[in-house]
Amino acid sequence: MIRAEEVEKRYGQRRALRPVSFALDRGGFLVVTGANGAGKTTLLRLLAGLAAPTRGALAVDASRDRLGYLGHEALVYGELSAVENLELFGRLYRVPERRERIGMLLERLGLWEARRERVSAYSRGMRQRLALCRVLLHDPELLVLDEPFTALDEEGADRLDEELRRLVGASTVVLATHDQDRVAGLSTGHLALVAS
Amino acid sequence: MSGYVGDVVALARKDLLLELRARDTLPAMLLFVVSTLVVFHFALPQGAGDDAAYGLLWVALVFTALLGLARAWVPEREHAALDGLVLATGDRSAIWLAKTVAALAFLGAAEVVALPAFAVLFAPLDAAAVLGVVLASVGICVVGTLASAMAAAGRGREVILPLLVLPLSIPLVVGGVGASVSSEPRTYVAFLCLYDAVFAILSWASFEYVVTE
Repeated sequence: MIRAEEVEKRYGQRRALRPVSFALDRGGFLVVTGANGAGKTTLLRLLAGLAAPTRGALAVDASRDRLGYLGHEALVYGELSAVENLELFGRLYRVPERRERIGMLLERLGLWEARRERVSAYSRGMRQRLALCRVLLHDPELLVLDEPFTALDEEGADRLDEELRRLVGASTVVLATHDQDRVAGLSTGHLALVAS
Repeated sequence: MSGYVGDVVALARKDLLLELRARDTLPAMLLFVVSTLVVFHFALPQGAGDDAAYGLLWVALVFTALLGLARAWVPEREHAALDGLVLATGDRSAIWLAKTVAALAFLGAAEVVALPAFAVLFAPLDAAAVLGVVLASVGICVVGTLASAMAAAGRGREVILPLLVLPLSIPLVVGGVGASVSSEPRTYVAFLCLYDAVFAILSWASFEYVVTE
C-alpha cells in the first residue's frame, strides 16, 4: 500500500524529515512516534499528498479520493455548521447517500445535537470530532491520522478507539501519536522518527 | 449538477454564504470605492477633463479589487480548510475557479455601486467603458485570486499581494482606460479579452502547484 525509500523533506536549508524508509501492506496499522520536531507531521503530509518529498521515492497505492487525513487543524470552515461542512466535503468526495452517512457519523461521534451550530462556537474537542467525521465521511481505504487523540476528552477518545477498532484490517492506517498505549493492541508496525 | 462544474458551483456558493454570514469583505469594498470616488471628486481640479476622471476611476477599482483579494483566502486559512479542499477536490483547479467567481461577484457588486456614483460625480460612461470595466474585472480576479493564494501560503502576505497583483494589473488598466477614452475602443476590448483568456489558462493550469508544498 505504501512504500517509502529514503524519503526526505527540506524547506530551504531546514531539514524537516530525515531520510526514512518503510513499507506498509494493505490493511496494516503503522504507528509513528518521535519527539517534537522529528518530522511526524511532515511525513504524514507527504503521505497525504499535501507536500512532495525533496528526495527519495514515495509510492502510495490509494487515490486521493480514497484517502482520509486528520491534521492538527480540523480542515473545516468555522463559519459553517457541522452539517454544512460535511455536506460540502461529501459533495466534493462524491459520497453516495451523503445525508444518511453524515447523520450516522454525527450520531456516532456525539455531535448530532450540535450539528446546526457554527463550528467557530465548538470547543477544541468538538472540532476534533468533526474532523474525524470529515475523515471518515468517504469511507477511505487509507487513513493518515496526526495525533488524533489530542484535545479529546475521555468519552471522545473512547469513541475514536471504537472507530479505530472498526477500521482495523478494513482500512490501512498510519497514525502519529505520543500515546502508544492507546493503540497498543491495534498496531501491526512501528516507525520511530529521530529529530533532525 | 455533477462533476467539475458542480464542484465549482458548490465551492462558490460556500464563499457567498460565508460572506453573507461574516459580512467582512463586501461592505469594506463598497465603503472604500465610494469614499475614494468622493475624495477624488474634491481633489480633482476644476476643468481637469473627463480623461483624468476615467484614470481615477481605475485607481479606485484596482485598489477596491485588491481589498477584496486580500481577504479572499482568509476563511481557508482558519482551521487550515484549504488542506481539506485540496484533499477532497478531484481537480484542484475547481478551487481556484470557484474563488475567482466569488471574487468577481464581490467586485461586480462594488462596481454596481461605483459606476453610477462615478457617472454622478464625474462623467457618464458609455457601453464600451462598461464593457472595459467588466473585462478588466475578470482579468484582475483571474490573476488576483492566484496571486492571493500564493501570498496566503507565505509570510508577509499583505506586502506580497500588491507586489504581485499591481504589475499584472497594468495592462488591464491600459485596456480599461483605452476602452473608456479611445475613439476605437474595439482594439482595447479585444486586448482585454486576450489578456483574460491567456491568464485564465495560466492560472487554471498552475493552481495545483501553488497549493502543494
